[in-house]
Amino acid sequence: MKQFLFFVRKEFLHVWRDRRTMLILFGMPLAQILIFGFALTNEVKNTRIGILDNSKDEITSTIIHQLGASRYFDIVENIPSNAKLESAFQAGTIKLAVVFPENFQEQLLHTNTAGIQLIGDATDPNTSNTLINYASAVILDYQSSMRGNTPLPYSINTEMRMLYNPQLKGSYNFVPGVMAMVLMLVCAMMTSISIVREKEMGTMEVILVSPIVPIRVVIAKMVPYFILSAVNIGSILILSVFVLDVPIQGSIALLVGECLLFTVTVLSLGLLISSIANSQQIAMLISLMGLLLPTIMLSGFMFPIENMPVPLQVVSNVVPAKWFYIIVKNIMIKGVGAEHVWKETLILVGMTIFFMVVSIRKFKTRLE
Amino acid sequence: MRALIILLEKEFRQVFRDPAILRMMFLMPAVQLLLMPLAADYEIKNVKICVVDYDHSSYSQKLVSKITATEYFTLVDYTNSYDEALRYVEHDEADIVLQIPNSFEKDLIRENEVSVFMAINAINGVKANLGGAYLRNIVTDFNKEVRLEWLQLPRHNQQPLIEIASINWFNPLMNYRYFMVPGILVILVTMVGAFLSALNIVKEKEVGTIEQINVTPIRKYQFILGKLIPFWILGLVTLTIGMLISWLVYSIVPVGSVFTIYVFAGVYLISILGLGLLVSTFANTQQQAMLLSFFLMMIFILLGGLYTSIDSMPSWAQIIAKINPVTYFIEVMRMVVLKGSSLYDIRYHLLMVLLFGIVFNNLAILNYHKRS
Repeated sequence: MKQFLFFVRKEFLHVWRDRRTMLILFGMPLAQILIFGFALTNEVKNTRIGILDNSKDEITSTIIHQLGASRYFDIVENIPSNAKLESAFQAGTIKLAVVFPENFQEQLLHTNTAGIQLIGDATDPNTSNTLINYASAVILDYQSSMRGNTPLPYSINTEMRMLYNPQLKGSYNFVPGVMAMVLMLVCAMMTSISIVREKEMGTMEVILVSPIVPIRVVIAKMVPYFILSAVNIGSILILSVFVLDVPIQGSIALLVGECLLFTVTVLSLGLLISSIANSQQIAMLISLMGLLLPTIMLSGFMFPIENMPVPLQVVSNVVPAKWFYIIVKNIMIKGVGAEHVWKETLILVGMTIFFMVVSIRKFKTRLE
Repeated sequence: MRALIILLEKEFRQVFRDPAILRMMFLMPAVQLLLMPLAADYEIKNVKICVVDYDHSSYSQKLVSKITATEYFTLVDYTNSYDEALRYVEHDEADIVLQIPNSFEKDLIRENEVSVFMAINAINGVKANLGGAYLRNIVTDFNKEVRLEWLQLPRHNQQPLIEIASINWFNPLMNYRYFMVPGILVILVTMVGAFLSALNIVKEKEVGTIEQINVTPIRKYQFILGKLIPFWILGLVTLTIGMLISWLVYSIVPVGSVFTIYVFAGVYLISILGLGLLVSTFANTQQQAMLLSFFLMMIFILLGGLYTSIDSMPSWAQIIAKINPVTYFIEVMRMVVLKGSSLYDIRYHLLMVLLFGIVFNNLAILNYHKRS
């Protein structure tokens, strides 16, 4: 036991003395939370749009004014003619063009119908869709104000309620994902690299010929990273509650417990990688390609799993981060109790045991 | 000049003899281009809906069948209890609950007005927003049909009606892959440029071979050029592989000229290689270099507008986006590949990236010391 503690101390000093790495390890969750929480919004606002007004009458200028007043749009360009339309999109200055035909007001007042054309830049399909929806809403508002707000007969109104996330904040989706990503990076990648490094440098041999049980050495390596991760979990949770206003609806104890469980899962993954890889570059490659990429792509926090082709959906089941993401989302945001997440927890426990057993069996005490 | 050529020869040998780098060069474009666009599909479809029908009238059933007839919605259950429907949402089995009140048909005809209620799982804000909008459109359409049944429509509209026609340019089929693939190409080139070059130099430091170079009469600029040129070429090779894959697999052919893309990529690689070089002067071990470049890459890629539009970012993030070379390349790729923009259209982007190149490389050269 005393030997073990000495090794833990040694590893701590290793980590502690590499200040640059420490700084990044603690800065990473901070930066990610800020970026995901504030910068990456899928909501659309202040989008640059262009107007092509072939009519230039009272009604078109009112509608243009109302479009400009909306917080979704910034009118940056008055396009002089139809011919200039395409080049405005090509220069990348506008994402939506509103085209009024000639004699718009005259037609609207005399025949009671007139058309407006909305042209969206569908290089980004969802944004284009959303912009067209918003612009239509502004125009329809104007139309109903022309009618003096008298309701049409036989109307069905729709009432909407957004459950769990009434302000449609992106951070609700991202916080659990960021946690999974940071843990992957700190636990799996850093642990595996630091073990493989001893192999590469040759210091592993020194340890293997000493009377210490080798697996204890490896476990001692995991302790500092486990503690680092615990600190990171804490800081992510505190940041998300106080800075992003993402509340923890469910039990905090349960949430922390699940986070620690996932940390152990990822640490055992790191151990597995280190028993396979022989050089730091290979360890990096495996952690990047085999762990981080699937975590980002297949865990469901960035891209919806149900949209993926079936083979990928099947593959996503072996990504531990997917289950962790479901658990955290359920506890934090939906506020459900342990009875709703026991299945996912069990899967994580099973994966952890599996990784542990495989990596301990693969761990070689002999040199080739 | 001779020293440089010899250095280049050494670097190329090293690259070609290192299977890890070669593997990464071919594996990365393949994996990312084949997997990412499949996974990164933000297109909103397969919204799972649970209908709570308290009315069970012919109208309510018509509305439900109209909803399930579209490709956007899959009906999970058709129940009598709102609580049960909410349980589906809790278990992630439903995204939207549509509740039809018990006097839906009666009120619609007698009172002229009725409300339906929808509760949407909004943890994923985009999906909630667009899913809600689709559902509302369907209800509005249904509403129009009902109105037509009951009202004899006059030949002329009694009230002013503005008809809105919308067109989606440059990507009329709204294929999300057209949006993602050019962006992923940028990420690929950036990874090769920044990651590999930084790791390469730091490896020499860690292994100690850099000492040998430091004691030779090789000049700073020769050493740096000797490191930059091979990765500049590798970057362009990766880009070519990537463009070939996107042509073969996704049949994406640039609308604009390929020449424009290569001109920009060449300049871009200079600046991103400078960044990798800068990282390598700060790091002493591969672990540090890896972590540092990963950290920078993450910020650059996420704030570069690959997934979300830069216009809607807060002003501090927009400033970061402005001093981020990745932003410019992603924009240029989308402009040239999808819209066919010309060199003249992207002149500003080109200038900015050139500026970054000068700044990064000079900083790196200043920061590189032949003494340890």
